[in-house]
Amino acid sequence: MAVEEAVMEPGSVGRHAQGQRIPVPRASSVGPGPAPGAARLEAVDVSAWFGDTQVLDDVSLSVPPASVTALIGPSGCGKSTFLRILNRMHESVLGAKLAGEVLLDGDDIYAPGHRLTDVRRQIGMVFQKPNPFPAMSIADNVAAGLALTSTKVSKADRAELVESNLIRAGLWDEVKDRLSRPGAALSGGQQQRLCIARALAVQPKVLLMDEPCSALDPTSTRRIEDTIAELRSQVTIVIVTHNMQQAARVSEQAAFFLAEQGTPGAIVESGPTDDIFNNPRDPRTADYVHGRFG
Amino acid sequence: MTIDLLPPIGSGRQAVPRKLTSVRERSDRVFHGAAGAIGMVVLAVTAGIGLYLGYQAIPTLRHYGLSFFTQTQWLPELDRIGIAAVLVGTAEVALVAMVVSFPLALGLALFVSDYAPKWTKSWLVSAVDLMAAVPSIVYGLWGFFLLQPHAILVARWLSQYLGWIPIFQVGTDPNAAVWQQSRYTSSVFIAGLAVAMMTIPLATAVMRAVFDQAPIGEREAAMALGGTRFGVARTVVLPFGKGGIIGGTMLALGRALGETAAVLIIISPEYIIKPRILEAGTQTVSALIAGNFGNATKSQLTALLAAGFVLFVITLAVNSAAAVIIRRSRSGLATEA
Amino acid sequence: MSATTTLEGVATLEEHADAPGGAAQAPGGDAVEASGGSPEAPKSPPVAKRRPRRVRALTLDDWLSLGGSVLASFALLYVGYLHLLDLSGTVGFLVCWYFVFLAVYGVVVAIANPRHIVVERLVAATLYLVAALVIFALASTVVYTFVEGWPAFRHLNFFTHDMAGVSTSAPLSQGGILHAIVGTLIMVGIAVVVAVPLGIGTAVYMTEVRGPGSHLIRTVVEAMTALSDILAGLFVYALLVVGFGLGKTGLAAAIAIAVTMLPLVARASEVALRIVPGSLRQASEALGATHWKTTWKVVLPSARAGLVTAGILAIARGIGETAVVLVTTGATSFFNANPVSEPMTSLPLFIFTAYQTHQPEALKRGFGAASVLLAMVLLLFVVARWIVRDKSGGERSRLLIVQRLFVRNVDDGETEQ
Repeated sequence: MAVEEAVMEPGSVGRHAQGQRIPVPRASSVGPGPAPGAARLEAVDVSAWFGDTQVLDDVSLSVPPASVTALIGPSGCGKSTFLRILNRMHESVLGAKLAGEVLLDGDDIYAPGHRLTDVRRQIGMVFQKPNPFPAMSIADNVAAGLALTSTKVSKADRAELVESNLIRAGLWDEVKDRLSRPGAALSGGQQQRLCIARALAVQPKVLLMDEPCSALDPTSTRRIEDTIAELRSQVTIVIVTHNMQQAARVSEQAAFFLAEQGTPGAIVESGPTDDIFNNPRDPRTADYVHGRFG
Repeated sequence: MTIDLLPPIGSGRQAVPRKLTSVRERSDRVFHGAAGAIGMVVLAVTAGIGLYLGYQAIPTLRHYGLSFFTQTQWLPELDRIGIAAVLVGTAEVALVAMVVSFPLALGLALFVSDYAPKWTKSWLVSAVDLMAAVPSIVYGLWGFFLLQPHAILVARWLSQYLGWIPIFQVGTDPNAAVWQQSRYTSSVFIAGLAVAMMTIPLATAVMRAVFDQAPIGEREAAMALGGTRFGVARTVVLPFGKGGIIGGTMLALGRALGETAAVLIIISPEYIIKPRILEAGTQTVSALIAGNFGNATKSQLTALLAAGFVLFVITLAVNSAAAVIIRRSRSGLATEA
Repeated sequence: MSATTTLEGVATLEEHADAPGGAAQAPGGDAVEASGGSPEAPKSPPVAKRRPRRVRALTLDDWLSLGGSVLASFALLYVGYLHLLDLSGTVGFLVCWYFVFLAVYGVVVAIANPRHIVVERLVAATLYLVAALVIFALASTVVYTFVEGWPAFRHLNFFTHDMAGVSTSAPLSQGGILHAIVGTLIMVGIAVVVAVPLGIGTAVYMTEVRGPGSHLIRTVVEAMTALSDILAGLFVYALLVVGFGLGKTGLAAAIAIAVTMLPLVARASEVALRIVPGSLRQASEALGATHWKTTWKVVLPSARAGLVTAGILAIARGIGETAVVLVTTGATSFFNANPVSEPMTSLPLFIFTAYQTHQPEALKRGFGAASVLLAMVLLLFVVARWIVRDKSGGERSRLLIVQRLFVRNVDDGETEQ
């Protein structure tokens, strides 16, 4: 079956591999300019390679808007790679290739005519290791996304933006008196919340989180999980996590990735979190969820 | 009511660290001894050179005193020598080279680390290293025979339209129908361009190595926010690489100050302090030494050694400052393992 | 000088540490097979393998904007420069073209794109031009030298004779540079034998042994990279040639060349050794290896790429030394293979003296010698690239090498994967 590479015409009806129909909305929603509100994200038959090694095989996942989806599975099965495909970070690695489509509100972000920088502004990412810009103050860090996309804001607006996003990230109270201190002069958990604030400041429709708490202490982890719960209605969130309890606490939908020895990773099972954990259909899912491997 | 406290963790005694000793294997003792000996030999040789030069410079400096630094002429037979003009010429050539090479090196380094298509990167790095390896005499020939005829046209244009700036003046009329080409040749400007060919790869190599070290986490964060390549460069790479930029430039400056062969070929010696970089005639310390040592008597030789020692001290100061800046910067700390 | 190895974003691939680097992005997709040769039963019924899709960062609009701006600025300048302003000169034209192009391109891009994209495009265009300019300058140097030197190459006697008894203005069919070639090889050979082991040994002392005084040595060595080559030559001249009365010989030049090489080799080797990850050293020591064994069998081979590069660059520098040779030995016209007596000339010195005669025939020989010099340097570079060619294998495979080197009796079932 050939891969559909053509851009879907607005108003037409597309198909993905299993034959289901998906309507395509008329207006393009991937473009410059803020368009607030969580978006639906859909991965269709995504495969990925590094050089000649295939690491993902025909992964399809539908992420409903304003929800939290967890990607779980043992290490090395392609969860992070899949996540990075969702905001076009995968192709920045030398030798990286992919197939399939990623639809943001029905629009394939990989279609020609879509600017990389716009895609990434609409689909933000928080990384495993907190990476605030050390040469900038806390306030400048939050506003860094605006500077990078040359969005002009007045001074008053900027201050308000910094404050509101720090509040959203749950960091405002701790740093409101020291906004001009360097961004790296914070604890690990605070740095990660700063990164979340920075990612939120450009008003993405989707926020991808790659094991955001794995380098943090339990208290910070708790704070961030609370933040995720609060953000759920404003941004669609996809979170990769090794911590199954965290996935159970935080997400409504989960997808279990697995890569058997020598084969590329794929989704074994996906669905509502409750089902995955309490009533899995696949024996491998049951094994993983009950801690028998990985 | 007393609360039943749990017994404290630990023995309650003050712990004292024990002395750790281990017997070094014989092969290791030999190894350390040999390596140490090599280190000492190198230290002795390299320090010895500096000390020897300084030692030899003393009689000259004592003889001429401060006038050694203020006298512009170099006439040993009249016992009138000084390095004032020579130092100025050296500085001018080095400055021209740096002004030309700094933007080019910075641009090239950023290009290679962030903009070049990934498969070309190793070729470009090799090309830059090759540029550094080309012997300076080859650049001298290139500068004199290939570059000069074109460069004097640029020099003439500069003196035509920017001649109101003193450094761009030349002592002849640039607007004449038949203009004096020879007044524009063998100048600081042309020598500086040739030296730039040697400083560019040096500065580029340092800057590029530092740019590549920029933490990939920060780079990805900037990319994930929707930053363009220049945005990433501005936010992450350049701030990180500040130390490397300054340090690399200063290392290149050190090289420019000491360059001999190319300068020797291009310039025609003239011993006056002259701010006009486009005009023919100048002299640098290294060209002075290379040009005059053959006919030098014993005392003239010490005079040349004194001049060389001054050059050494200046270059040493520049290079040491560069090393400190690189090491203290974020980029230096990253490589300090 | 820095090592020329580069890490291409491998840090992000935690799960795939051994991913083969350097594979070019193949548009249209190569045959896609999972790597790992052992045949395994497929886990699901065979599905037609997907082919990778071409992902473009630039759109058709971007390419057209660029091309159009180039042409438009050229046309604009052609009219304005030559006819309206009546200026002349290629260099001026090119400079003005660059500025006009920037203006036109900036306007064109700004029509459909936000400000940060405009800035990005202009910066990218400028950087491409900078790179092109520098590469062009380098290429012009190499090409010009070879073109001018070609007439001398056509005569075999150029390589087999020396200049004894031949006047400098004699035609190319007489005389040659054999003495200069041999001189260069001997001098640089001696210098390398002296400087490279000392340099690497010093670097080992500074990074591996880290004994007392290593900090001082590092400072002094760094300081000595400031030593201009002429000063090293002057030092050897004053001390050995005149002071000790040894006279101008090839050996004196070789020593002076070694002195200029030494700080470079030491510094570059130190960098190469420092880059070796500490985890390798720790793995080796944890297996019970002595410090010497660790250094010799683990650290030095790991740093091989950087060390070789350091050595090659030092040799290339030594080959090109002019001033040093000028000062410590004399230019001669006769063949001399004995480094300890009689002056010995080298290729750069031969070029310089040829230049000084200002005679066309001599200059042709000079360019011929320069071509030989350049060819030597190029050859060194090709050799260096070949030696450090990328052998795939990330850190995991290097750790496996450490294991296999030291643990002989281990049963394969017990080794940890």
